[in-house]
Amino acid sequence: MLKASNSVAGIQRQANISIRRSLATVADPPVRRYGGLKDQDRIFTNAYCRHDHGIKGALSRGDWHRTKDILLKGDSWIIQTIKDSGLRGRGGAGFPSGLKWSFMNKPEWQKDKRPRYLVVNADEGEPGTCKDREILRGDPHKLVEGCLVAGRAMNATAAYIYIRGEFFQEASHLQQAITEAYKSGLIGKDACGSGYSFDVYLHRGAGAYICGEETALIESLEGKQGKPRLKPPFPADVGLFGCPTTVANVETVAVAPTICRRGGSWFASFGRERNQGTKLFCISGHVNNPCVVEEEMSIPLKDLIERHCGGVRGGWDNLLGIIPGGSSVPVLPIDKCSEVLMDYDSLKDAQSGLGTGAVIVMDKSTDIVSAIARFSSFYKHESCGQCTPCREGTTWMMNMMNRMVEGRAHRREIDMLLELTKQVEGRTICALGDAAAWPIQGLMRHFRPEVEARIDAFRASHGGVMFGGRMIHDADPTLAIPDNLGANLVEPGDRV
Amino acid sequence: MLVTSLLRRSAASTPSVFGRAFSNSCARRSDALFMHRDTEYNNPMIPFAFSGDNMKRAEEIISRYPPQYKKAAVIPLLDLGQRQNKGWTSISVMNYIAKLLEMPPMRVYEVATFYTMFNREPIGENFVQVCTTTPCMLRGSTEILNTVCSQLGGITPGATTGDGKFTVIEVECQGACSNAPMMVVNDDFYEDLTPATTKKVLEAFAKGQKPKPGPQGGRKTSENSAGLTSLVSKPYGPGEFCTPEFS
Repeated sequence: MLKASNSVAGIQRQANISIRRSLATVADPPVRRYGGLKDQDRIFTNAYCRHDHGIKGALSRGDWHRTKDILLKGDSWIIQTIKDSGLRGRGGAGFPSGLKWSFMNKPEWQKDKRPRYLVVNADEGEPGTCKDREILRGDPHKLVEGCLVAGRAMNATAAYIYIRGEFFQEASHLQQAITEAYKSGLIGKDACGSGYSFDVYLHRGAGAYICGEETALIESLEGKQGKPRLKPPFPADVGLFGCPTTVANVETVAVAPTICRRGGSWFASFGRERNQGTKLFCISGHVNNPCVVEEEMSIPLKDLIERHCGGVRGGWDNLLGIIPGGSSVPVLPIDKCSEVLMDYDSLKDAQSGLGTGAVIVMDKSTDIVSAIARFSSFYKHESCGQCTPCREGTTWMMNMMNRMVEGRAHRREIDMLLELTKQVEGRTICALGDAAAWPIQGLMRHFRPEVEARIDAFRASHGGVMFGGRMIHDADPTLAIPDNLGANLVEPGDRV
Repeated sequence: MLVTSLLRRSAASTPSVFGRAFSNSCARRSDALFMHRDTEYNNPMIPFAFSGDNMKRAEEIISRYPPQYKKAAVIPLLDLGQRQNKGWTSISVMNYIAKLLEMPPMRVYEVATFYTMFNREPIGENFVQVCTTTPCMLRGSTEILNTVCSQLGGITPGATTGDGKFTVIEVECQGACSNAPMMVVNDDFYEDLTPATTKKVLEAFAKGQKPKPGPQGGRKTSENSAGLTSLVSKPYGPGEFCTPEFS
């Protein structure tokens, strides 16, 4: 039953069962609908910058309220509260935050005299994602306070906030918040009068998507090229400047103080089991009113779009597909879009992922092949060049995808492309290779007929294409053409 | 495109480098030039040093990192240097930073070539970056890019206008996807663009003014443009809704 209520299809199945069950006396548990978060339960109350982002406004919105008491509760209390709240990392991977933070407090950690760092990942660069930006410019004090609370939980000595270089306004708001917090004695030596000393520093990046990966971010923070490190050793053992480090997303850190004040059970009351909490969703693409909004986890995707974005342009039926979690996750076709819930498990079951909660909506006017091909160019541009499968693979994927936009390919090349994505996936140090592979896999899983039709149309109008995109009629007949170029593989409907 | 223009520029000063006598294959066109050739405007003999203000800022930045890891400040300092050097990072800037941070110059070159925000060639007064990644593309960034190019006298992305006022490039996602399409002029985001508003923004810059950054369509930030669907009530105050311990 529990499992069946996981999806709308499950609910329908449930209904069928209850009709047949004539002698049963047990009532079905009420079906819970998610979504419709009330303003009083929203954490980021200044997400739209309608109020003062400085310390005065922050204090009036309840930031820094009795932070001292939270700090005095100690590290294990904070970690337990975060564990109770069910908070999972908001940067994409969805690792349970309480658990992650607890890795810093290994037995006998006090004997380790190295400094300990919290690094906040504000290098928001995933196409479609613009949620951290609203925190950074609207509620910067929430983040600074979050650094202190999360830092206390992992007994860190300092926090570095790595913000992407392009966010100039956001960085200045955040710097203002840090300066104000230092002036008011909220951070620094004896933070909030708790006797705990904690520093927060801002570090601006310089434009590299790969620096959003945790070890690449550490490398970049150390003043090197942002090339991911091999793990192990994990950052919790050897991280920034060779010291124990935890890297966490802006949103994860910024919600911590509010969870501590309002209780883990409050946060856990939203969303489904194992996917609890509230989350900022950013909706872009073909909706009537794109926006960033904080909603309950597990809100149905369709509800999210209709309630907050004025629906898909031209109505729900005009929808072609949705990328539910930023550029790195596979696209979903319309039938799946109408039943998935926006949480880690539901989207994983639908062979996609929640990622950063960046919903990219595409209506029927979209050229889906070129949309995904554009992602391939993005990954080609952003690959750091350290691992060969990714460096070479992203270029190959981009070239093949660009040909498929036009249709200049052989049908068999679709499978070759898929094989290539499988060869890149899981064979690189970081997940950028995987991220480059998944959108293509998603495209071929759900929109393969579209690609095939394009290839057929191109062949019908231009003649046969060999593997690699050369036209058969361009080949020099006086030279022997090897068979593995596919020149002799005639497709039905070819103009030979 | 950038490369072609760069090649042309450097070819004019050092033609011998491009004399490919024995091979007629074309040079590999990467999207950035990873080498340095001394030119009149970019060579190690041109002096560079931080101004007094910037030196103070630099010291403040260096103090954020452990003393034995001064080199962590290389990215912020290169950025500072770039700002002082009219928006581009010359070899002198890199050498100066290397000396300041006591690190081998090669380590600085590595960083300056890796990150896309460091321009290693001079740029115009206003640096226009148009985002063309998928979320912006879906909302019509191609049209915006074309508008920008035609508005600036038919230049191609990567090029600078003849009067040196504008440089246009295509960039990857800038993280303002709910406000797509967008472009960045210098440090400011101009969002929710249409061809008409794009022209207006560029015209204002051409006149030396600075139009108001942010969404150009009427909304303030990234809220629903048809009226708020969340955060309509007054934000709750300190201690409200907290557990009894913290209220």
